[in-house]
Amino acid sequence: MLETIPVTCDAVQGVAKECLDDGWRFVTMSAVQTGDDGFDVIYHYDKDLVMKHYRLSIPKDTVIPSISPVYFAALLVENEIRDQFGICFSDIVLDFDGALYLEKEVRAMPFCKVSVAQKQS
Amino acid sequence: MARTILPFGPQHPVLPEPLHLKLTIEDETVVEALPTLGYVHRGLEKLCEIRDFNQMIQIVERVCGICSCLHALCYCEGVEQIMGVEVPPRAKYLRTIWGELHRMHSHLLWLGLFADAFGFESLFMQFWRIRERIMDIMEATCGNRVVVSVNVIGGTRRDLSPEQCQWIEQQLAISEKELKQLTSTILNDYTVKKRTVGKGVLTKEQAYQLGAVGPTLRGSGWAQDARQTGYAAFDELGFDPIVEYDGDSYARSAVRFRETLQSIDIVRLAIARMPAGETATNIEGVMGDDTPQPVSGERGDMMQAYKRDKRRRTVAAPPPNLDLPSGLVSVKVKGKPDGEAVTRVEQPRGELLYYLKGNGSKYMDRVRIRTPTFANIPPLLAMLPGCELADVPVLVLSIDPCISCTER
Repeated sequence: MLETIPVTCDAVQGVAKECLDDGWRFVTMSAVQTGDDGFDVIYHYDKDLVMKHYRLSIPKDTVIPSISPVYFAALLVENEIRDQFGICFSDIVLDFDGALYLEKEVRAMPFCKVSVAQKQS
Repeated sequence: MARTILPFGPQHPVLPEPLHLKLTIEDETVVEALPTLGYVHRGLEKLCEIRDFNQMIQIVERVCGICSCLHALCYCEGVEQIMGVEVPPRAKYLRTIWGELHRMHSHLLWLGLFADAFGFESLFMQFWRIRERIMDIMEATCGNRVVVSVNVIGGTRRDLSPEQCQWIEQQLAISEKELKQLTSTILNDYTVKKRTVGKGVLTKEQAYQLGAVGPTLRGSGWAQDARQTGYAAFDELGFDPIVEYDGDSYARSAVRFRETLQSIDIVRLAIARMPAGETATNIEGVMGDDTPQPVSGERGDMMQAYKRDKRRRTVAAPPPNLDLPSGLVSVKVKGKPDGEAVTRVEQPRGELLYYLKGNGSKYMDRVRIRTPTFANIPPLLAMLPGCELADVPVLVLSIDPCISCTER
């Protein structure tokens, strides 16, 4: 079973900074819907082939601080999660504004079992 | 100095797949690169909601047309981890063999394309000629050249007979000899060095911080490879990654070339150490009639067996009782996946990661796929600024981009 470390929305960026300082490599993030109005966002880090995973559980419409200012590599996956699940991230270094894969006029979030409207920025 | 915005792709002679880069250039020098994706997005991850967890193997195999076997392997290992399935030792070796054959054909394909990108057409043809022999091995042992469909949850659906193993070793010996003849060309030729040495340098620190994977990471001096985690049979075979230190396009191509030779050694070792076993079974009621098909070592016999196998798929009656090679290659798996797992394997392009979540039903809650090209795009964006416009195609190719993988 996957062992994850719970993390809060406010601590996400601080945890990323700590990981960077400790020499952890950012691997990716995984988002999964939990019920009708909740999401889990799991941050995967790697150091010397050992992985650790931080789990952020959030209700829908939560805006998550982007970790792309810390790990530039996170910019694509954060944009992808926004496209797929409608989860918004603040201060992404390169923000596609929900149009990495989707057209601007799309409102339904394709990976949500219960679709949520895209938050207007 | 005036700046010009130049579109690179989505259709470009060096790109077999659509990737668009908006290049900002000053004179002939690139100062900024911004990517645009989404031209071929297929939403394969979403299909897990309407395809049961066994059918998802065939779907994840089609994420990539080059490394299909490793997608299936990563997915199967994840589901096996959730369900607590122990794969037979022989199956682990078989997975290793087919996985490394995929690495060889992918690297040879890339080495040919890379040579073609800077106009070295004869080298391109030489690499692709050698690649054909690897494709022949996959065709003769699996019935398919690319999407080999050998992995199932609990093991593999096919086995290799001793004659097949012997024939594979013969083919690999020829391939190795031909590859070694190209060593001085790919590593020392003036044309190759002129277009690759010092081009697109990614420092050791940049590679790590930007999340580079695979030959892009190892070409910058990091000895990191998912095969070191010991998936499939690598925990028993042992593994030391190929590393180069200059971080340029030459280093990345050298890693791939040397890895091709290394994969030949791994397959040989896996064949030599592959344990024997008993008889084959499979997931109850799902793939029960898919027994391993033996073929003998002669090329003519192999093609006959392949044709026989091809016919078998079109008729309802089960095949005649052939002389099955010994070796338990899969275990019967019961139940449904309930839980989460993260697995990773080393694809030819780099580390592949699957996050899987099962809910106790036959459908998965989530199949999240992080492909190596997805991880190598941020490093590409970092290595492009400062390069000459004429070098952009070679630099883009140097990460071995697979947009099919990236957009899933």
